[in-house]
Amino acid sequence: MATFQIKKSPGVYDVCIVGSGAGGGMAAYLLSQAGYKVALMEAGGMFDPKDPRYRTQLKWSYESPRRGAGTTRPFGDFDAAWGGWAIDGEPYTHTAGTRFDWFRSRMIGGRTNHWGRISLRFGPRDFKHKSVDGLGDDWPISYDDVAPYYDKVDKLIGVFGTREGIYNEPDGQFLPPPKPRLHELMMKAGAAKAGVKVMPARLSMLTRPINQDRQVCFYCSQCSRSCQVYADFSSSSVLIQPAMKTNHMDVYTQAMVREVLTDSNGLATGVSYVHKGDMQEYQLRAKVVVLAASACESARLLLNSKSPRYPNGLANSSNVVGKYLHDSTGASRGAILPQLFGRKRYNEDGVGGMHLYSPWWLDNKKLDFPRGYHIEYGGGMHMPGYGFSWGIEGLNGKYPGADGKKKRGGGYGKSLKEDYRYFYGAGFGMAGRGECIAREDNYCEIDPNTVDQYGIPVLRFNYTWSDHEIKQVKHMHDTFEEIIHNMGGVPLGTKPGPETNYGISTPGEIIHEVGTTRMGDDPKRSVLNKFNQAHDCKNLFVVDGGAFVSQADKNPTWTILALSWRATEYLMDQMKKGNI
Amino acid sequence: MDRRKSIKTLALGTLSAEVWLNACSPATKNKQAPEGSATGEGKAPWAGNFEKWETSSGRQPAEKERDKRLMAQKFFTDEEMKTITVLVDIIIPADEHSGSATDAGVPEFIEFIVKDMPEHQVPMRGGLRWLDVECLNRYQKRFTDCESGQQIALIEDIAYPDEVDETLRPGAHFFSLMRNLTASGFYSSKIGIQDIGYVGNTPTIWDGVPDDVLRQYGLSYDEKTLAECVKKEDHNKMFVFDA
Repeated sequence: MATFQIKKSPGVYDVCIVGSGAGGGMAAYLLSQAGYKVALMEAGGMFDPKDPRYRTQLKWSYESPRRGAGTTRPFGDFDAAWGGWAIDGEPYTHTAGTRFDWFRSRMIGGRTNHWGRISLRFGPRDFKHKSVDGLGDDWPISYDDVAPYYDKVDKLIGVFGTREGIYNEPDGQFLPPPKPRLHELMMKAGAAKAGVKVMPARLSMLTRPINQDRQVCFYCSQCSRSCQVYADFSSSSVLIQPAMKTNHMDVYTQAMVREVLTDSNGLATGVSYVHKGDMQEYQLRAKVVVLAASACESARLLLNSKSPRYPNGLANSSNVVGKYLHDSTGASRGAILPQLFGRKRYNEDGVGGMHLYSPWWLDNKKLDFPRGYHIEYGGGMHMPGYGFSWGIEGLNGKYPGADGKKKRGGGYGKSLKEDYRYFYGAGFGMAGRGECIAREDNYCEIDPNTVDQYGIPVLRFNYTWSDHEIKQVKHMHDTFEEIIHNMGGVPLGTKPGPETNYGISTPGEIIHEVGTTRMGDDPKRSVLNKFNQAHDCKNLFVVDGGAFVSQADKNPTWTILALSWRATEYLMDQMKKGNI
Repeated sequence: MDRRKSIKTLALGTLSAEVWLNACSPATKNKQAPEGSATGEGKAPWAGNFEKWETSSGRQPAEKERDKRLMAQKFFTDEEMKTITVLVDIIIPADEHSGSATDAGVPEFIEFIVKDMPEHQVPMRGGLRWLDVECLNRYQKRFTDCESGQQIALIEDIAYPDEVDETLRPGAHFFSLMRNLTASGFYSSKIGIQDIGYVGNTPTIWDGVPDDVLRQYGLSYDEKTLAECVKKEDHNKMFVFDA
């Protein structure tokens, strides 16, 4: 047996980036383009949606033996994300009576291969919400600080949308949006009656080409499978691939980073990692370490990076690492639109996800909960897969069939086949995604008793919703029913009540977790300064969602990208000046 | 006829003891899978593509290992598969639009999916057994040995869950599961996708709801929407951002 020893890399990189998702991808792209020698660490495998070995896009349901069911991949067999809520050999735990579901994607590009590409800017109020309602904390930066970087991200990556001039939903450099689908036109009318604002969605998909490296969207609705012509944004295709072409970046896949190494001066000197393939231990040296492993994984890394100088973990003199963890609230409701029974068939796949959405439209002063939510809409004639028309026995007895006659629910034979055709494409769904107030007592910490299969101590979560979030979700459900009724639809199932906290999502389930290494001006109450640089360690940065002070009622990715760009620019400037 | 008594009779050998044991212990059966099964291994519509799926869809090592293991296992007995084959074609027969559930490989799909989703195993095995016991009570034969008319008479009694006789409720529950699994298998097949009329999953240019459909529902795109949405003729035209 080979001797068990730590292998040290001979050279010193300018920057070691841990994680290849939105934040890490952006840092890798900018640093490698600028000529810095970069090491990119990824705990999973290489992935490029263009490579036929990895493709699920444009495959048919019957090509999957489980017909696309979510048995091994939580979002279905065709979903591009490798990983899920549970990864063999890499557990996480909870404190008694609490729950947090943690979605991890182990691959180049991380969770950007899977997400909905909803690309919303935070607005002026989102950065200073404590000043509005007294809850949580203000960010140390304002919208004006981030706006130029949102512009850069828009132009580099591409996002469609429309200029609406809404104060807290800032407009960007938009590509033209696709036209609404049929159910979306019906919804728009129904929502208007309920006083709910509806406007074109803002998704990072190319409705027009923006450069030679990526092609225009061909409207297959399968962004979650990751696009082989790079027409949508994923870090793997849009950031990592160009970065690799610079030849200034080495990508270390299957590299599970254990800890950030520091010297006697307290500065970061690199990372140690275990290679999942050969199971050998390695150390890699760099002048700067940038963490982008995801909010919780980066917090875990810092907490596990203990030394005499940093007894409770690196960059944690504030004791804030892991705290203020928060995920979006979520609730959803399905409906049937009887006016769509027997509808004409045509290809309405469109882009992956909604063509229209609703930003937060109300004034919280008149409501019994703080902060807002946006609404996402779904429906239409999808490719049938596992679960197709499941439970038709609860549907075909309630409405007259194609021949105008009401039948008994259930059935079999030719008449049942008629029903499947008749009811196809009449489903409709709505989902609310709201802002949760960040709290010190929602946190992840190191579980002192548990390690993963690599011997790395794992995270233990402690997370509960408060009345704020539960009341917000109750309001979502009232809104859903109103819109459904207004558009002539019939809600499915029963409206959840107080006994289930109004059906609020499990914490973590919306996969918008942020806040674990938050930024701030006060080193006693925050981990990072306003440039994502650790207060305690000047050559250490965190550029994932961990830096967020509050999450807004918006998907975090576009803000992760903008802040990573801003932080990386600052880092390069500091290196040039010799400060780092 | 006393239902209790009939089950007793059954256990004593009307059907083979092996089937009875298997009904109690699906796990045991897996290990005893005979070769050349009724699942038509190698003949499933997707079976020829299985290797391709495993090597050209980004499957991870753990997924490949699991899929391979499931493919090598056999869950349903030959007799159970025979019953499933009859049932799926009662649920989805051929008609003037498309073929039947067996034409679409639904029994093979069901064999795979219960291995993939073990939560279906007891309801399926128990339901099939319930069906045979009910036939035994009514016709002194197992389901697949009954005349078609007898089979349909029983299916009529369990196919409408809201109106089912209290004593037949387990049968209705099972039949709903059969119906749902059959629909999943059929409509996700090539035949089923064509039947349902799904015409996507192909590169196209989305240019809005067809005019005749808009007219049918009394809807239209307003001026603002038409002005701001992407034009079909601009689809391939390079977008230039404002400076």
